[in-house]
Amino acid sequence: MDLTFSPEEEAFRAKVRSFIAEHLPSHLKGRIRRDLGTKEDYLAWHRELYKEGWVAPNWPKQYGGTGWTVTQRYIFNEECARSETPPILPFGVSMVAPVIYTFGSDAQKKKFLPRILSGEDWWCQGYSEPGAGSDLANLKARAVRDGDHYIVNGQKTWTTLAQFADWIFCLVRTDPNVKPQEGITFLLIDMKSPGITVKPIIVLDGVREVNEVFLDDVRVPVENRVGEENQGWTYAKFLLLHERSGIAGVARSKKAIERLREIAAGEQVDGTPLMETDEFARKVAEAEIDLTALEFTELRTLAAEAKGKPPGPESSILKIKGTEIQQRITELTLEAVGYYAYPDAHAFGENEYPVGPENAVGAAGVYFNMRKASIYGGSNEIQRNIIAKAVLGL
Amino acid sequence: MDFSFSEEQELLRNSVARFLARNYSFDIFRKNSRSEPGWRRTIWKQFAELGLLGASLPEEFGGLGGGAVETMIVMEAFGRALVVEPYVPTVVIAGGLLREAGSGAQKQKWLPRIASGDTVIAFAFAEPQGRYNLADVTATAKKRGNVYVLNGQKAVVIGAPFADALIVTARTAGERRDTKGTSLFLLDARAKGVFRRDYPTMDGQRASEIGFENVEVPADTVIGTADEGLSLVERVIDEAIAAHCAEALGAMRVMHESTVEYAKTRKQFGVPIGKFQVLQHRMVDMFMQVEQSASMTLMVTLKLGERAEERKKAVSAAKVQIGKAGRFVGQSAVQIHGGIGMTDELALGHYFKRATMLDTLYGNVDHHLARYASLTKKA
Repeated sequence: MDLTFSPEEEAFRAKVRSFIAEHLPSHLKGRIRRDLGTKEDYLAWHRELYKEGWVAPNWPKQYGGTGWTVTQRYIFNEECARSETPPILPFGVSMVAPVIYTFGSDAQKKKFLPRILSGEDWWCQGYSEPGAGSDLANLKARAVRDGDHYIVNGQKTWTTLAQFADWIFCLVRTDPNVKPQEGITFLLIDMKSPGITVKPIIVLDGVREVNEVFLDDVRVPVENRVGEENQGWTYAKFLLLHERSGIAGVARSKKAIERLREIAAGEQVDGTPLMETDEFARKVAEAEIDLTALEFTELRTLAAEAKGKPPGPESSILKIKGTEIQQRITELTLEAVGYYAYPDAHAFGENEYPVGPENAVGAAGVYFNMRKASIYGGSNEIQRNIIAKAVLGL
Repeated sequence: MDFSFSEEQELLRNSVARFLARNYSFDIFRKNSRSEPGWRRTIWKQFAELGLLGASLPEEFGGLGGGAVETMIVMEAFGRALVVEPYVPTVVIAGGLLREAGSGAQKQKWLPRIASGDTVIAFAFAEPQGRYNLADVTATAKKRGNVYVLNGQKAVVIGAPFADALIVTARTAGERRDTKGTSLFLLDARAKGVFRRDYPTMDGQRASEIGFENVEVPADTVIGTADEGLSLVERVIDEAIAAHCAEALGAMRVMHESTVEYAKTRKQFGVPIGKFQVLQHRMVDMFMQVEQSASMTLMVTLKLGERAEERKKAVSAAKVQIGKAGRFVGQSAVQIHGGIGMTDELALGHYFKRATMLDTLYGNVDHHLARYASLTKKA
């Protein structure tokens, strides 16, 4: 057992750091922190990483992964968070791609994986439906076979950034006469297909982050089915485990605590910086200690993974604690900015001077927005059910 | 001991509830808060006709002679309806300052106009550097003959974009954070040298950053005694806090009720989600927080007339309870609703935002915990 980084690992960190310093356009640094950003904001950084071959550290090398060790991936994440790069969105790289390279056909691998890597295709996730949230297996979107095609009808919802998407991976019902989990199929659907309509859903902080996606007699070639018909639930669960393991967000939370400290250092309580008051310093300390525990829990998971152990149900811990800590930091940030939580940042144009100190901008919006974290990706109540059942055997 | 409303108070309660149900739906709130000018003078006049604007003002100046209980009744109803019009700054704060310390002429001039809905007044007290310290005033008012000359910057002045007049705190003596040396001025919102930057707030209201550049105000616009403004400000802000506790309570009640209702109808895994014990307990905890908040709202309302130390303790205690409860009830309501609770389309999120922002107003939980603790230490 050893906690120190080897000289090679330190050299790797230096390399990543200088790459980011050289290639991250200054206007993108911290861009996604305050609000959603544009499609181009994400893609500009995605393409920089693509040129370097660094888009998909989690993939096997043969498909375009980096071949990094677990420690290198950890360092890479830390450095990206430290410089506040736009994130690589999970839908293509971390969600559908592992399903495709694990369960997909050779043709699918050849067609889709390179375009995910290059950023040419933007993917979104067609899982939730109005009647199927926590109870995902209750989904109703129907796919009926018609020769070489499936005809799909139904509605998906909470589809993140579907307005930017070229493709959607969908869970659809192909057999309504068996147990719900046994009649589901995993389809890859071109968003340009006739019959697809995307309608915006505006969330609490006023942004269009999610959408409803309506599918009306959408024809999907059978070749776009992943794996076997009616086996989709297996692939879906596999994907959810992958989603959860990326969800802890430790490195980004560390950066958020660092920013919180800066904000609180600039606020004065009767002449003392807020960060130096006992009450607030202890609250920040508590969040940081929680985060340290989570970091080591994640490192243990990654170390096990490095030895070939696939992510298991205990990854729910990472989801629950990771999102609780993210939410706690946004709460403390909201407290720190005082009255300047009030101005609605979205009311100001891109080139307008913000009201109040620059680092207070968006604090309330982010707090409201992050309430989603304990709901998405399987609500934290569902995650606790998973741990109770699958880990504790209750 | 008697916690029941008088007949007149019951009448007020029913009439304000009926009026808002008819004229202040969620759709109206949303349209109103997003369009220019961001409030409705017409509904403000209707508040006046209903007697809401004068409910707590003296009868001799056009009011109904009520007090804190009447304010509580109105504000709880306003909290349920997400009212955006600046009732607290105009009626509770400006009305309260004038009632407590206004000269005969000032009362005569302003109070009837407040009660009749002809004048809206905003209270410019917070400063960008001051956080929640009411004595952290750097705006200055220098006496020059018969006038004061005002200079400085005020932050997040709620309701200022609609205001006809402003009450401004400024330093007439002493240094930043000195408890002595602040004074209150009541001036025309359009006076020369007043510069505003208006913006929407997170909870659907409007506010402004206001700069004062050599604004000349006559010496007779001072409210109360010059240099002695702080204790007056503290007293009236305590009354405002009690009013906002009632508002937050109204918002919390709606959040709790709509969550219970949703849990009864939303089905997952073949049953209403309200059948899941983990959610039942959470809704019970919400309920307890709402009831504790109702108790504290009543307590603080009834203790506003006590001597300063007792009053401050009561106010801080209520603000702490309501701040914590607002956070818990709001977060739980969104969580139990799931994705739909995150949407702008549903009223719920707007109540959550209002309750959250109310914790920030006039000092958050930490601020009032510290104030309470220091008051009890001294005792």
